[in-house]
Order: sequence, then C-alpha cells, then structure tokens
Amino acid sequence: MNKKLNLSKAAPWLSAIGLFVLWELIVRVFNIPPYVLPTPSESIIVGWQFHEAIWMHAVHTLYTTLAGFAIAVVFGVVLGALVGSSRAIYDAANPLLVGFNSVPKVALVPVLVMWFGIGTVPAIITAFLISFFPIVVNVATGLATLEPELRDVLRSLGATRTDILVKVGFPRAMPYFFASLKVAITLAFVGSVISETVASNVGVGYLMLSASSKFNMPLVFAGLLVIAVMGIAMYEIFNVIERRSTKWANRGNQTV
Amino acid sequence: MSKSFVELNDVTLRYSEGDELALETTNMKIDKGEFIAVVGPSGCGKSSLLKLVSGLMPPSEGTVIVDNKEVSGPLKIVGMAFQNPTLLPWRTTLDNVLLPMEIVKPHRNRLRKHRAEYEERARKLLASVGLEGHEDKFPWELSGGMQQRASLCRSLIHEPDLLMLDEPFGALDAFTREELWDILQNLWMVRPFTVILVTHDLREAAYLADTIYVMSKRPGKILVERENALPRPRDQEVTFTPPFIDLVHELRSHIRDVRES
Repeated sequence: MNKKLNLSKAAPWLSAIGLFVLWELIVRVFNIPPYVLPTPSESIIVGWQFHEAIWMHAVHTLYTTLAGFAIAVVFGVVLGALVGSSRAIYDAANPLLVGFNSVPKVALVPVLVMWFGIGTVPAIITAFLISFFPIVVNVATGLATLEPELRDVLRSLGATRTDILVKVGFPRAMPYFFASLKVAITLAFVGSVISETVASNVGVGYLMLSASSKFNMPLVFAGLLVIAVMGIAMYEIFNVIERRSTKWANRGNQTV
Repeated sequence: MSKSFVELNDVTLRYSEGDELALETTNMKIDKGEFIAVVGPSGCGKSSLLKLVSGLMPPSEGTVIVDNKEVSGPLKIVGMAFQNPTLLPWRTTLDNVLLPMEIVKPHRNRLRKHRAEYEERARKLLASVGLEGHEDKFPWELSGGMQQRASLCRSLIHEPDLLMLDEPFGALDAFTREELWDILQNLWMVRPFTVILVTHDLREAAYLADTIYVMSKRPGKILVERENALPRPRDQEVTFTPPFIDLVHELRSHIRDVRES
C-alpha cells in the first residue's frame, strides 16, 4: 500500500526525467546539431545563464495569462449561467459560440493589434478569447443536466428559478466548472504566448521569437520549458482547488 | 363526509397540440387525509396525474381543484418523492432534509435565526424513519433504502397537506420495500396528510391505500375505483390473510383485462 502510494507520487517525476534522458540520448546518438534540436541539458544551462531575463518575461507572461484567464472565468460563468438556464438562449448562442471557437485565435491577433496596439492588451485579450469557451460549455452543461424530478420537487415547494439555480444548479455545476478551469488555464497560456510571439516586446513568446531570430535554439527551448512548467503548476493549483471544493463528486476515486 | 380535498373535473391531457391524448376524461375526488393509490400498466399516464394535481402541468381541458382553489401553477405546499431519491450529494442527510425549509414560506425567512429548532425537527423526523445517527453522512454513504427514507423525510419536513409519491419504493429490494411501507403508514397515521401514490406494485397499493384506482392503457383513464377497508394499522401479517389476497387478486385481474384489451 505504502509502496504503491510512493510509486504513484514518484511517477510524474520519473516520466519527466525519463523523457529528458531519452531526448538527451537521441540528440547525442544521432549527433543532431544544436540549431535544430538542442539537448535538454544545454537548454537548461542556457536558461540558467539567462535566468534574469527569463524570469522577467515569465512573470509578465504569467501576469498576462492570469489576467486573461480571470476575465474568461467571469465572462464564462455569466454566459454559461445564461446559456445553461434557458433553452432559448442556448439555441440562440450555441451556433455563435461554436463558430467563434472555430476561428483560430492567432488570426485575431493582428486585428487586436490594430485596435489596441502591440503589447500586453492584445495578449490578455487573446488569452481570454481562447480560454472562455470550455468554461461556458461546462457551466452550461452542469446547469442544464439537472434531473427533472429534482426540478419538480423544488417547483412544487414554490421555488423560483433563482432558488433552483442557487440551491441546486450552481453547486451541481461546480465539478464541471472546476474541470473546465484546468483546461482553460492551459489554453490561456497558449493564447498569451501566441499573441506575444506575434506582437509584443515582452513575455516568453517574445523572448523565444527573438532568440530564434538569433539562432539561439537552446534559449527557445528554455522558453518552452518555462511555459510548460508554469502550465503544469497552474493546472495543479486548480486541480487541488477542485478536489478540495467538490469532494463529493470525486468520491471513491482515490485509488485510481 | 368532509368536502373533497383534491378534485379532478373532466380533466384531459395532451402533451402538445395535436398529440394523442395522454389522459382521457378523468374525474377523481380525494378526501382530506385520504391515502389513495393509482395502479396501471406502464406508460398509462400515472405520473402525469401527479403533475396535473401538483400544478406542474396544466390540464388540456377540465379543472383541477385542490383545497377549494383551482390549480393554475405549481402548488407551493406539496411534498414529492420519486423512485430516484434525488438527494443532493454535496449536502449531508440532515441538510438534504432541510432543503424544503430553505424554500417554503414562511420557513425560509425563519431558518437562519431558528436553525437549531429546525435541525431538531429534522433529526426527529429522521429518527422516526430509523435514520438516527446517519444525519451527518452524505447520501452516497447511505444504502438505497436509507436514501429513500431520507427522501421521504425531505418530502414531509415542511408538513405538506399533500404528498405525491411516484413509485418511491420501486428500486428497492422486497424486504426494504415492505419495511418502508410500515414507515410510511406510521408517518401517515401520526399526522394524516393526503397521499397520492403511483405504483405498479399491487400489494403495495393494497397495503397502503384507502382507495385504489386502476388506470387503463394509454390514453389513460380510470377504470376501477376500489375501496380498501382493511383495518389499520396494517402489518405484514395482513398480507397473508384472505381479504388482502383477494384484493390483490381482484386488482391483478383488472390489470390483466387492461393489458389484453
């Protein structure tokens, strides 16, 4: 039992280390030049050399991502609540939402730059635009899948729509909501980095673009690693929040 | 004879315009405090009957009268329990039972201030159905029978005058089911509320009801209204006596006629 627990705790570290070792070996065995694919050790070393610059850019990217994500959460919950609690709004909004979500957000960055100039604002907006969709869908699903019997029970007690939403709808939608946050936060990174790459002079995206223009591939990969680490960290934070706040939905899953 | 508490006058029901009838001209009179059961083949509109009486669905024709008032929207005093206990998994059993108190007036305005008093009431009710000591457990920590008991408590905590039961014991094993018949009968004998029980279990109807209605296949229609004068309280022994067995036989033959027609 104890051994099993330790193994499952160690598993993510082992797999990450395994991947790095494999990567290192492949690059060395096939003698791949560093301007094509640098080794992870080289990327980490170069990353350390530039750690002050990386830190500055990473903090900026994190800030941009979280700002866009925060807007996405507020907007996603409000829109999800509207879409999930009314059939008419669902029918009206659904094709628009799907259509909008199908547009590649990278194509919107030039438009945003025209409107807001280059820099932080388009990055925040791109992060927001790319990450609100899963929140809307999940909140709406959580609300719309309320058991009809339960609705009848409440209505026959004289419950108003608001009562049903507050007492049952929202608590019931919580697991859906938190699950969507995990997806949304990683998407928000995608959004902000895309925008930084296209139109910014700060952020990890910009750092990687300028590094690649100088053929400094190890620094590009160091940037990628930093984004990945930030993504994992944020994902884990929301994972913990999810498990703490909706224990009832995860019952009996501890062993998996 | 008091005036009837629930009255259906020439009620018909279609789910939507142009659909075939779900319920054909139906008349019913239920006294205050009467326990009635509705039996019939599946899909005969038994559940629709509950929705009509509780005002969740308007009749296509005719009128539904409850407590001398025509029903025009959801009644606000009804207790309901279904085959699926529909307890809220994020609430403890106690908080589940208290849910109606957060909605029904005037309790919803008093609950916060008089929390202890209401909790006491819920605990008493839970104890009366044998759930003492389980108040702080979550629904998924309870067995199916226990969940159904909690669901019954939830439907009765606000002391409704009208209780609607839609096959509440349908998913339980035979022993648990018969135990719950007694629990329901006890609750009802302590404080007689009007009960409409929809079931396909004829023994259940014969055990619990004062009057049993047999419904036809779709479009639903009441074919037989059968008084059940077996003395109360009824216990498991009664189910082995000839009058009970004859009653179940009689109901069975009505249902057979319905199915073959």
